[in-house]
Amino acid sequence: MNEANGTLLEIENLRVLYEVRGVRAPAVDGVDLTLRAGDALGLAGESGCGKSTLALACLGLLPRNATVEGSIRFLDTEVVGAKPGRLRALRWAGISMVFQGAMNAFNPVRRVGDQVVEAILLHEGVSRSEARSRMQELFEHVGIAPRRAADYPHEFSGGMRQRVMIAMALACDPPLVIADEPTTALDVMIQAQILNLLAQLREERNLALLVITHDLSVLAQVTDRVAVMYAGRIVEEGSATELLTTPRHPYTKSLVSAFPVVGDPASRGIPAGLPGDPPDPAARPPGCAFHPRCPAAFEPCDTIDPVLERHGSRLAACHLVAEEEEA
Amino acid sequence: MSAQATRSARSVRLTRRIEAFKSSARLFASNRMGVAGLAILTVFVILALFADVLAPESRLSVTHAPGAPLEPPSAQFWLGTDELGRSVLDLVIQGSQISLLVGFLATAISILIGALVGITAGYFGGWTDVILMRLTDWFLVVPFLPLAIVLAALLGRGLFVIAFVIGIVTWPGTARVVRAQVLTLKERPYVERARALGASDRQIIGRHILPNVFPLIFANTILVVAVAILTEATLSFLGLGDPFSVSWGSILESAFAEGAISLGAWWYLVPPGLCIVLVVLGFTMCGYAFDEILDPRLRER
Repeated sequence: MNEANGTLLEIENLRVLYEVRGVRAPAVDGVDLTLRAGDALGLAGESGCGKSTLALACLGLLPRNATVEGSIRFLDTEVVGAKPGRLRALRWAGISMVFQGAMNAFNPVRRVGDQVVEAILLHEGVSRSEARSRMQELFEHVGIAPRRAADYPHEFSGGMRQRVMIAMALACDPPLVIADEPTTALDVMIQAQILNLLAQLREERNLALLVITHDLSVLAQVTDRVAVMYAGRIVEEGSATELLTTPRHPYTKSLVSAFPVVGDPASRGIPAGLPGDPPDPAARPPGCAFHPRCPAAFEPCDTIDPVLERHGSRLAACHLVAEEEEA
Repeated sequence: MSAQATRSARSVRLTRRIEAFKSSARLFASNRMGVAGLAILTVFVILALFADVLAPESRLSVTHAPGAPLEPPSAQFWLGTDELGRSVLDLVIQGSQISLLVGFLATAISILIGALVGITAGYFGGWTDVILMRLTDWFLVVPFLPLAIVLAALLGRGLFVIAFVIGIVTWPGTARVVRAQVLTLKERPYVERARALGASDRQIIGRHILPNVFPLIFANTILVVAVAILTEATLSFLGLGDPFSVSWGSILESAFAEGAISLGAWWYLVPPGLCIVLVVLGFTMCGYAFDEILDPRLRER
């Protein structure tokens, strides 16, 4: 049923609670997301706003102290509460992941090629030599000489490792790739190369991408849609260009203004920051979770929790946006 | 193109492996202690391997002993004879076979149990960890020699029993060390990546955990061999060894029983004792040398 309209991933009212010393704190607090085949969605937000937790939940990889409520449907599989065998089959063949800090995502004592071969062999009943030749094709595809497959991870540079990581993510030809901070710790040149590679692969393979980052410039390059998260919820969602050029939610505004604008020397000097920290998930402020830091907070913000509503082509959860729309 | 790439990859891999081996060998060769240890061990292993040629069992016959009882060293019997007139040199050579065999066998058992318990406890955690670690603690605090003596007395006396007993009492150290390492390894991002890949626990342990704890297990093995040989000698000396085979411990036992000390028959006591000391020293020296190779921080600059 889902396949018919092209829906790949459907997240409904997802809540993830971590239990820490007897206190259950929601890291993700009621998120709805839909991803269709070939979509590229960016998930942005500060550290600790629940982006990575959301990604791990899609693969059923959360630690033992986490409880998941709501629903994550991938094609016709319900991920929440799925049996371990079912999950293992889904991982990588259905959804694969480009991990943040590819430096550490490789086993240092095994050759990189073998680690990619491992991914193929885990899911597909092919012979070792067939898996090897596929691995070599993948290496070539991401721009690495296949003979480097015999090297160990420490013999690769950061950018090359991230390329191999991407090759690994594509090993089983999954319809969805989650990229968690794919370019963190890479210099700008390499970052651009990696992003181009992701965009190119997406086009070639009709790949759906879920890109998680705090770096908005990354999202502008590879995604069509962006969802901004704050304190475990989506506060604004819309097309990437729209959201990044004319943000409406004060939080998105401050994220955008924290980046210097090319050609605007003023913004380069002192990028506007946002004082304060995101709230402790165990002690969520009443009303809008963002109001203690919000520069535009007004009367209803500290009592009434805004809901995510459609405003034109975008979704936003903010009293101010709602008021502006009405006016 | 692809086949060619495979071949060159394979040849690159082979030359690299040879290079890596050469550089390790060079490091080992530059370590005087390691070379000395290895030299000692080589001599004893050769002795053990050719024991039946150097000291044929026929010469160890109790009824047709070649010499007179307790003869001091002479041109014919370099290390004198025992109370039955057998050459002590022959006994020591034959004994090397059993001492080393039991030592290696016991080590294999000890390392196997230790690694298995350590990896299981560290990887799965929770109750598995609690139960396995309390068991380990129990084996650690129970006095080692009395436990070995009781087990050996209960299970009977035979080569394999002795090896088993030694294995059973020496594994906890290995288990502790391996568990500690596994605890840090299982939190590494590549283990999480493997899990995201859809790998099962068995695959993660086999492909990611085991290769990473292997150097540790290897270094531990060498030290356990020394302990195992020493324990075998102790048990045999206490009369708990295999009565039908000669080992260094059992030579010491008969020397002691015959009153070699009060008779002044030093040639009967000293050689097996010295052999034990030398072999244990050899293993310990090699162990330290490997430690230095595997852990660059210990290398002298």
